Amino acid sequence: MRLKALAGTEAAPRIEEKLSGSVIESNEACMVVNKDSIAGIMQLLKESAEFDFDYINNITAVDNFDHFEVIYNVTSIAKKHTLCVKARIPGRDNPEIPSVTSIWKGADFQEREVYDLMGIRFIDHPNLKRIALWEGFEGHPLRKDFL
Amino acid sequence: MVMKTELVTLNMGPHHPSTHGVFRMRVTLDGEVVVEMEPMFGYLHRGLEKLAEGRTYTQIIPFTDRLDYVSSMAGNLAYCVAVEKLAQVEVPERAEYIRVIICELQRMVNHLIAVGFFINDLGALQTPLQYMWREREKVVDLFEMQSGQRFLYNYMRIGGVSHDLAPEFIPALKKFLDDFIGYYEEFEDLLKGNEIIQSRTIGTGVISAEQAIDYAMSGPCLRATGVNWDLRRDDSYSIYDRFDFDVIVGENGDNWDRYRVRMGEIMQSHRIIRQALEQLEELSPGSVNAELPQLLRPPVGEAYAAIEAPKGEMGFYLVSDGSIAPYRWHCRAPDFVNLCALRDMVVGGKIADLIVTFGSIDICLASVDR
Repeated sequence: MRLKALAGTEAAPRIEEKLSGSVIESNEACMVVNKDSIAGIMQLLKESAEFDFDYINNITAVDNFDHFEVIYNVTSIAKKHTLCVKARIPGRDNPEIPSVTSIWKGADFQEREVYDLMGIRFIDHPNLKRIALWEGFEGHPLRKDFL
Repeated sequence: MVMKTELVTLNMGPHHPSTHGVFRMRVTLDGEVVVEMEPMFGYLHRGLEKLAEGRTYTQIIPFTDRLDYVSSMAGNLAYCVAVEKLAQVEVPERAEYIRVIICELQRMVNHLIAVGFFINDLGALQTPLQYMWREREKVVDLFEMQSGQRFLYNYMRIGGVSHDLAPEFIPALKKFLDDFIGYYEEFEDLLKGNEIIQSRTIGTGVISAEQAIDYAMSGPCLRATGVNWDLRRDDSYSIYDRFDFDVIVGENGDNWDRYRVRMGEIMQSHRIIRQALEQLEELSPGSVNAELPQLLRPPVGEAYAAIEAPKGEMGFYLVSDGSIAPYRWHCRAPDFVNLCALRDMVVGGKIADLIVTFGSIDICLASVDR
């Protein structure tokens, strides 16, 4: 049986119902959400019985020049479905987003990696420091304006 | 009288022989007991994600060899599966069978090496490992027939594989599979009942199923805790739905279970290869590569695809802007995420168990640091 990829359009109304104003847009592949409500959304995705997303596969980020996107891929082991959530961070200066480490501990290293290479600060991360590069390295290499 | 003791902070690595590469642990010890452990890595960070942004989709395939160099073929496959999802490429059936055979051989090798080094960390220096290397050598010979390389194979292509099976490959593979059963039994006879191995591994480095899911562990480490989760069956990417195999699970999530799960998976891979060979021989000869333009330009969009690599879920997140190079190339390395849980597995245990537990996660620093 193949894992079912939940469409963003399918998940978005159910999120909006509980946390109105948190979803910016949704399409077949993913759901784009407001960065400030990410912790609430993730908590809901993990705890509500209909979603039951107990497993965080992947966290990464993309630099789109005028905004950053943090991408979360989550899976429900019991329900066998997956979802892609994107949080949009407008602007280039001092990008910040709430951490999801209190929801899934597995987010710890992956958020540190995003911080290290993309320079996005995760608010309330227990140990936010560089992971691949050394302390004192200037800049964040995966940003498009690096080099 | 109360003994006055003091905590000692010890740096293990980055050049410690048991760290499987350049990995460093800052361990705080109370006598022999670990009270705090912080993993530090990045010594092998090559910036592959940045480098990939300047290369065409095909030119990136050699990078995926260099992620987890113990199982390069799995890296190849994970990346090709992700690009195929992004560009919606159909892979010829024959190529799918070849991929499965090659990747399951790779899994057998990876688990042999993982177990060999794990036993090595337990103090059985080199001897069991040498037997594992001997079997690996035979598989490396098989891979050499296919790709011309003994290491870093660069064998898979987007939409298939680079070469059809060499004429000498199938007889050699059959001989390997036949001989392997006896050797496998030998490994089991020598190691499984060993009292030292049992007493050192049973009940050490324990992690519960809930914790393992919370830490997003994957692969044998997750299954050792009792979670019945294998992307080969649950996502059945490629053609894994055509084979009959068992997902091996443990019970307690200790070092022993991780060792047993790996040994069990070796024989399941053996089973899959046998079935794949049978089904392949009924197929009529055909192309092993999809018809694609020389410079692939996937449509604008993004894709995340993951496979069950030997070490766990290896996934790629790709963003295409419609050009010949990816706009963003991200690898979700299984051992990198599995390492998150290491602290919880070792704190409260003895320092000697720390080495064993670390070895039981089975990491490859090239894929952790990328």
